Amino acid sequence: MSDGQKERGPVLTVPVRPRPRPGGVPGSEAGARDEGIGASAGRPDGIPKVTGEFQYASDLWLDGMIWGVTLRSPHPYARIRSVDIGPALATPGVSAVLTHEDVPGSKLYGLEIVDQPVLAVDTVRYQGEPVALVAADHPEIARQAAKKIVVDWEVLEPVTDARTALGLDGGAGGGAAGEVPRLHPGGNLVRHLRLRKGDPDPVADVVVTGEYHVGMQDQAFLGPESGLAVPAEDGGVELYVATQWLHVDQRQICGALGLPPDKVRLTLAGVGGAFGGREDLSMHVHACLLALHTGKPVKMVYNREESFFGHVHRHPAVMRFEHGARRDGTLVYVKAQIYLDGGAYASSTPAVVGNAGTMGIGPYVVPHVQIDAFGAYTNNPPCGAMRGFGSVQAAFAHEAQMDRLAGALGLDPVELRCRNAMAQGSQAPTGQVIDSPAPVEEMLRRVAALPMPPPAAWANGGAGAVDLRDLPGGVANTTHGEGVVRGVGYAAAYKNVGFSEGFDDYSTARVRLEVLAGEAVATVHTAAAEVGQGLVTVEQQIARTELGVHQVTVHPKDTAVGSAGSSSASRQTYVTGGAVKAACEKVREGALAVIQRRLGRSVPGLRLAGGKVISDTEGVVGELAGLLGDEVIEETVEWRHRPTYPVDPETGQGFAHVQYAFSAHRAVVDVDTELGLLKVVALDCVQDVGKAINPQAVVGQIQGGSAQGMGLAVMEEIQISGGKIRNPSFTDYLIPTILDVPPMQIEVLEYPDPHAPYGLRGVGEPPTISSGPAIVAAVRAATGLPLNQIPVRPEHITGTG
Amino acid sequence: MRISCTVNGEPQQADDVWEGESLLYLLRERLGFPGSKNACEQGECGSCTVYLDGVLACACLVAAGQAQGRDVRTVEGLATGDELAAVQQAFLDAGAVQCGFCTPGLLVAAHDLIGRHPGPADAEIREALAGNLCRCTGYEKILDGVRLAAARRADKADQL
Repeated sequence: MSDGQKERGPVLTVPVRPRPRPGGVPGSEAGARDEGIGASAGRPDGIPKVTGEFQYASDLWLDGMIWGVTLRSPHPYARIRSVDIGPALATPGVSAVLTHEDVPGSKLYGLEIVDQPVLAVDTVRYQGEPVALVAADHPEIARQAAKKIVVDWEVLEPVTDARTALGLDGGAGGGAAGEVPRLHPGGNLVRHLRLRKGDPDPVADVVVTGEYHVGMQDQAFLGPESGLAVPAEDGGVELYVATQWLHVDQRQICGALGLPPDKVRLTLAGVGGAFGGREDLSMHVHACLLALHTGKPVKMVYNREESFFGHVHRHPAVMRFEHGARRDGTLVYVKAQIYLDGGAYASSTPAVVGNAGTMGIGPYVVPHVQIDAFGAYTNNPPCGAMRGFGSVQAAFAHEAQMDRLAGALGLDPVELRCRNAMAQGSQAPTGQVIDSPAPVEEMLRRVAALPMPPPAAWANGGAGAVDLRDLPGGVANTTHGEGVVRGVGYAAAYKNVGFSEGFDDYSTARVRLEVLAGEAVATVHTAAAEVGQGLVTVEQQIARTELGVHQVTVHPKDTAVGSAGSSSASRQTYVTGGAVKAACEKVREGALAVIQRRLGRSVPGLRLAGGKVISDTEGVVGELAGLLGDEVIEETVEWRHRPTYPVDPETGQGFAHVQYAFSAHRAVVDVDTELGLLKVVALDCVQDVGKAINPQAVVGQIQGGSAQGMGLAVMEEIQISGGKIRNPSFTDYLIPTILDVPPMQIEVLEYPDPHAPYGLRGVGEPPTISSGPAIVAAVRAATGLPLNQIPVRPEHITGTG
Repeated sequence: MRISCTVNGEPQQADDVWEGESLLYLLRERLGFPGSKNACEQGECGSCTVYLDGVLACACLVAAGQAQGRDVRTVEGLATGDELAAVQQAFLDAGAVQCGFCTPGLLVAAHDLIGRHPGPADAEIREALAGNLCRCTGYEKILDGVRLAAARRADKADQL
């Protein structure tokens, strides 16, 4: 350490404790001691996040740590004839250079299907596949040394189209089935979901068809993949890492290292966003391998370019849809083929296919449904989880079809949707009966009734004062209103909450109640990843409500407690929230037993509230802290939602999903028809959340999710050419800025789901599903163009590309 | 090389700095100020925004050597002791912080804006923060946070 350095230890050893906050918080019970469920309680990690003290994975620092880097394949598909690490290893400052030969356990890993090499063995299947690792004193020394590794490649022709990979007609590659290389031993099909409901040959008065294309979206979380692996004295390893599911990481790391779970201990480091991109392993095993090999702490941090190669993306899709309806607009049937490009490795493709298929027609009642959804292996970048997970792709198609059908029937798009809207008691295309509120029609009518933005200043012949910043093109001064038209579009969507199709979807919570410094304090310990969504706040709120205490400490997230499942599928408030609630109930039961024992009598109707023990009949019995004394009550609960079941392999019928969440959007868009530039003027949403545990956080999820859907609709696409990513940077991959995202009116409905804790419904994903289709609908309404591809590009509007 | 500069009012010095290092690396890895963030390291995201001699800069685009003898102020230097700066408190109150990775850069940029411009209109806030990407919030609550901070500052000024 040089003179100026500060002492910094490894992170998250200090539990996150709530700090007192000044009153006057808008939209919350300001200054109130009771910040339980339903209050917009502040984040326990808020102050460290605004002061810069919060330790993200990339901030970790240990005395004596060294830096790891990854050598990646420049080719989408190639065989490795040989790898020479000699020149790299001889570089001064380098401690280790590792290849697949140094992986002591399983050479392959995977979330659902074990098919992905920790380090390439003899073949690479995508550009960016990890081949070798280097550890050195300085990250730049490691990077320079990695360039000295000599790989003898036999470059192969990549398979870059999902339908070609499956040997189907219409693939961009055009090859016949027999000519396509099998990228994996089992062939190129990851999953085919067949869904058959009702009459196989339905007849309708009006039929509309369309083919739709969805580009590859990146999660673009801002905190890069990073972590610190620390070798332990017992031959194991401690890994501090930014992830979405510690235990599924642990399982895969154990497999690769050949170590038992008690030797591979994970702690969640600060996570700078996730959105699905941290479900798969990135640097986890690599850093552990280097740490165990060198005996030193090893830090790995991807830069932005490497991040584009270091995590899975949203599956691009090609979809053919046919909708049939009666003249009055009642839907008769939907037939669809959905092709999802899974890229080089399976990741979560099977589940994405399941969602795209089972939710493929949107939140509408359709008696006859035939859907075939396919996930394919190609040599494109691996695709997996991203917010909306399969439903996003399908929604672009089914919502475009609904508008097309409305046009064919001469009906208003909102009226057509309302006429066919799902409601409680409706059947999903899986035959599953929707057994909790599904206020689809109400959401659509409410979003349509929200105030419209003021008319554009340029609209009345340019009489008003024009502010360039309100126009497509902005201060680039591309128009003063000439050639600009405005459109309004609507969309509705739904999404399953939680893991589906028979997955054992549980969470574990350990809750402790004790008296510290004269105050009753609860500690909540789960392994549920806080990725920014505010789960740590929700955990505190639930403990406050259930135990009547204010002070709740959130224990660092680690594998010392049982699995909480993934922070994905909009599931943590439901499932980990449910586990925390159940653990608190057991703790409360224990506390009340202790209290009655101490009182020497049984008191009827006891509960805990406001730090007091209260009886329904006797009123306040006493202070919780005083009555609890030195008793410590701790309970650990493994909690499950009601089971789901696999769907029938021939028909796709079954109770596949535990809960559905619904949203509806209205978008207003100004389009410069001469240049193809867009300005989203308003993006309003109505969503049912069952019960808003933290209203401010719920609205934040809806706004943020809406913006991500907007990105896919109008600007975000990983551009692939010959299997290679052409735009792996924030210079060339554009995400919405504060200039792009419009004001959003959000209306939150609370129709409780009787099956869920507190009646709550998952929140995070639906807005990402319905916002994009509403925007594209608005652009269609403005221009009259069909627009069958997202993101919509300027040349789609001008007709020049 | 040896670099001496001032960070948040305190003199700092680092030895053996490689010429290719950025001010961001110097701050984060050598001087113990990891608050400025490393989201893109090419000047696109604004998460490493700092004051350099009072002017906003992306620390990732400034060579460490260029900081020699200069004054750097980071997110760690916005609060006064335990008292948060107006923008910090307002971001918390408005719910403008989710994952928080963009927050340090946005706070420095917003701090600069309301320091220069006491009552910014929405269009001015958007323009000032256009170089700061956020992936979680959709920016609505960030706008709320800046409006709230500006309003509180104005209230305070009225009371004086």
